[in-house]
Amino acid sequence: MRIRVWGCRGSLPTPGASTVRYGGNTSCVEVGLEDGSLLVLDAGTGIRCLGDELADRGVREIQLLLTHLHLDHLEGLRFFAPLWNPEVSIDIWGPPSPNWRLEDRIARAFSPPLFPLDLKDVPSHVTFHDVPREPWGLGSFALSASLVVHPGPTVGYRIEAGGATFAYIPDHEPALCGRPAEMSPDWISGGAVAQGADLLLHDAQYFEDEYEARVGWGHSSVADAVAYAGAVEAQRLLLFHHEPLHADASLDLLEDRARELAGQDGRGPTLAREGMVVDLKPA
Amino acid sequence: MAVARPKHLVLILAREFASNLATPTLITDERGLLVYFNEAAEEVFGRSFSEVGEMPIDQWTAQFQPRSIETDEPLPLERRPTGIALEERRPAHERMRITSVDGVTHEDAVTAFPLFAHEDELVGTVTIFWRE
Repeated sequence: MRIRVWGCRGSLPTPGASTVRYGGNTSCVEVGLEDGSLLVLDAGTGIRCLGDELADRGVREIQLLLTHLHLDHLEGLRFFAPLWNPEVSIDIWGPPSPNWRLEDRIARAFSPPLFPLDLKDVPSHVTFHDVPREPWGLGSFALSASLVVHPGPTVGYRIEAGGATFAYIPDHEPALCGRPAEMSPDWISGGAVAQGADLLLHDAQYFEDEYEARVGWGHSSVADAVAYAGAVEAQRLLLFHHEPLHADASLDLLEDRARELAGQDGRGPTLAREGMVVDLKPA
Repeated sequence: MAVARPKHLVLILAREFASNLATPTLITDERGLLVYFNEAAEEVFGRSFSEVGEMPIDQWTAQFQPRSIETDEPLPLERRPTGIALEERRPAHERMRITSVDGVTHEDAVTAFPLFAHEDELVGTVTIFWRE
């Protein structure tokens, strides 16, 4: 399983000289297999460059899995080249809402005054799916999803293939429900998705002191992310959803702090960087 | 040891909410399994949740001999608010007499309501005890 990060910034695109190492594009991750199976996770601004590459590769069928519909996970979709190609089919999966269809919620971002074109004008063949309550399969991937603590309907994904497991929970504030280390696994938000994953990609937007002023905003401190990874017994931790106010130098310190918190086990937490590729093999 | 089934996020959030309430509150999953009651409810039941653990709600509540205040007749599960919330999927309210495990009898007003994650997805119930 090959995982490629196309955008790892949280909340707001952050281009500029001070963010070139970690990148300024918002959430988008590509997951691929040798047999050609492909998943796109979230549609932040990172999906624009991925779309150009998928067009170059001639990919005509795309599975896009959205964790939720906050703009930093959706705004790139409007500039995703395959969306504007009538020869492409796109299946978009997202969290169910108690009140509105996924298509209707996404259509809000495709309408004036936010955008000049309407979703119905999109020439590609787009199909919308609520994420199933039970595990399902796409290509050679086995998938499951569960709702996680974040404002509004939000899911995390568990992606399994070839004996390797990747857990994707980019926006998550489990600390709102207590200390995961002190809870039984069945009570941990997203535990079913993350338990025992070979790689857990998880929100770590804040330093601990920053988090104190942002409780309830839906994101985690680096300490909570490290504690969560330990509680769910993830083998590796990839920290994600970088705070827009954090320049590269700050993010270096955040990674240092994560490794300090995790201790020296040789598999210290790593901060996601735009362009990063992880080849995930079974433990 | 059997691995417990992961709790729905709505139950996780309900438990966190209840754990911060001073009002006695009990939570079941959609099958009627008692999954939590808060510290305030310990006074109603005479036991802490850590002593009790998860168990079917009818088995748990039967220990308290719930009876109608009006008639002093035993209240079967289908007439108790939690049972109504589970079976009929609607809120219910009843005044009842309860005897806690330490033998103290008291009267409570009990309100229960179902938790739906989606229109058709019952994930559990919340029961609140109003001390009288």
